[in-house]
Amino acid sequence: MAVQIIKERNTGKINTVAIGATKEQGGTRTSIVTVGGDAALPFLHFEGEMPHKPVIAMEVQSRVPAQWNDVLKQPFADVLGDPAAWAKKCVDMYGAELIYLKLSGADPDLENQSPEECVSIVKNVLAAVGVPLIVVGCGNEDKDNVVLPAVAEAAAGENLLIGVAEQENYKSVVAAAMVHKHNVIALTPCDINICKQLNILITEMGLGLDRVVVDPGAGGLGYGIEYTYSILERGRLGALQGDKMLSTPVIATVGYEAWRAKEANAPASDFPAWGEQSERGVLWEAMTATALLQGGVHILVMRHPEAVSLVRKNIGALMVPQAV
Amino acid sequence: MILIGERINGMFKDIGKAVQEWDPKPLQEWAKKQEAAGAHYLDINTGPNAEDQVKTLKWMAEAVQEVTNLPLCLDCTNFDAIEAALPVLKRPGMINSCKCEQEEIDRLFPLAVNYNAAIIGLCMTNKGVPKSAEDRTAFAMELVANADAYGLPFEDLYLDPIALPVNVAQEHAVEVLETIRQIKLLSNPAPRTTVGLSNVSQKTPHRPLINRTFATMAMAVGLDSAILDVMDDMMVDAIATGRLILNKDIYCDSYQKVFRQHS
Repeated sequence: MAVQIIKERNTGKINTVAIGATKEQGGTRTSIVTVGGDAALPFLHFEGEMPHKPVIAMEVQSRVPAQWNDVLKQPFADVLGDPAAWAKKCVDMYGAELIYLKLSGADPDLENQSPEECVSIVKNVLAAVGVPLIVVGCGNEDKDNVVLPAVAEAAAGENLLIGVAEQENYKSVVAAAMVHKHNVIALTPCDINICKQLNILITEMGLGLDRVVVDPGAGGLGYGIEYTYSILERGRLGALQGDKMLSTPVIATVGYEAWRAKEANAPASDFPAWGEQSERGVLWEAMTATALLQGGVHILVMRHPEAVSLVRKNIGALMVPQAV
Repeated sequence: MILIGERINGMFKDIGKAVQEWDPKPLQEWAKKQEAAGAHYLDINTGPNAEDQVKTLKWMAEAVQEVTNLPLCLDCTNFDAIEAALPVLKRPGMINSCKCEQEEIDRLFPLAVNYNAAIIGLCMTNKGVPKSAEDRTAFAMELVANADAYGLPFEDLYLDPIALPVNVAQEHAVEVLETIRQIKLLSNPAPRTTVGLSNVSQKTPHRPLINRTFATMAMAVGLDSAILDVMDDMMVDAIATGRLILNKDIYCDSYQKVFRQHS
């Protein structure tokens, strides 16, 4: 007797979000990136289509990231002071499909770069690379509320992904995205209920759900990644069952989470049993990324080129349809 | 929880009049209102006064579909009328309803399969509604076996254990609840369940309260859908809340509003 394979019949699917705009679309990008569209749990190709593969955005900062350890700084040693050159290296040498530009230098406690300086940095990066851009603020709400609208206006037509919108501070970035036609990252730290509510608040302002990507606030490997996985799984199951307010694609700041772990930073002399620090940090980032891929992350924001290369290989293998 | 809006029915005076005068406006207004209130399907019923049910049901389906994309639930005891209306549906609809009589099953199940329609199977025969959960479930099983034989997917079979008014047939409600629980065990995947909700409160002065209390209790034992007054806001709120308690929808502060925006 033939075995009948039981397959889930999903009623919903993840939205697709397109980032970037080519010349014909009013921008200057040479490629665009589309994420989402998944109609099943991650990589279960036999249950539903997964039309777009997960992508890796490489992180560039608008200031020299003094706090990064030497292993992480080494591949970019020649470009750390020049965001445009840094972005170009990520694309030309390491094959980044997107650039994630963090305007960390705008932080009033650091370089306190003005909105005009930030705009000029964004424009330089846009000029240096052809891939689509993700631009996020420094994390200081008041400053970001000034900087992000200026960036959105200056980059009108480029169809950026900008962020972040949070429950207590979402209006100015969402308004800027609506006026200048960009996409928004909605950040909720490990809380599926607030994630859903924030999507509702954003759509009530008038931004379409097809312009929202959520950041569930990832935890790094060893630092709460299992909570992130549960949130991702819950959200994905909700979306597949037809919950539109949870059917937004997901972005995760993998590099940020992995490289602040003690395991990525402690020298081998402190913990001889842990092995070489250089390999350890790279693997910590790669393992964080691969675990989150299984939860259904669509855009992985990563830092180290070797980790990027390992994860890209993993994505390639996962996208091969399995026969069941 | 699939909500089937009951309002486009010739039993209501405004619809009955519209049907007699071939005036599509009242039908279309109620279609839009019920859609905004959260309906997933719209029930359409010619009522008893339509001269030609075959012609009327088809006309009603076409009129309603001019203003909504919601799927329709063709509610008619005249099977020729259902057969005439099925081809004009833009989205797979629902047939309402089929008693557990082989003659009806043999007429309607092939139609459902042919048009990818769902069908409501009643746990009763021409002899009436049985009292016990066991007898209701036996009819349900017969309908499930027929679905299997005709190749109708179990998810497209909506079994209605038949709710009766609590003021005259009080002993039935608890049997209905038990029947719903048992229906969900009959097959894998399980058949769906539905109920004509407003029946349970007929001719009592407390209709909304009785309806929504029954609805949430029935949801807890496996009720998947109901034909109901979707304009009853407190009812829809109670159903949205029931889905939270059953962990079917993920909580957020605006959950009542989101529940209505499903379609």
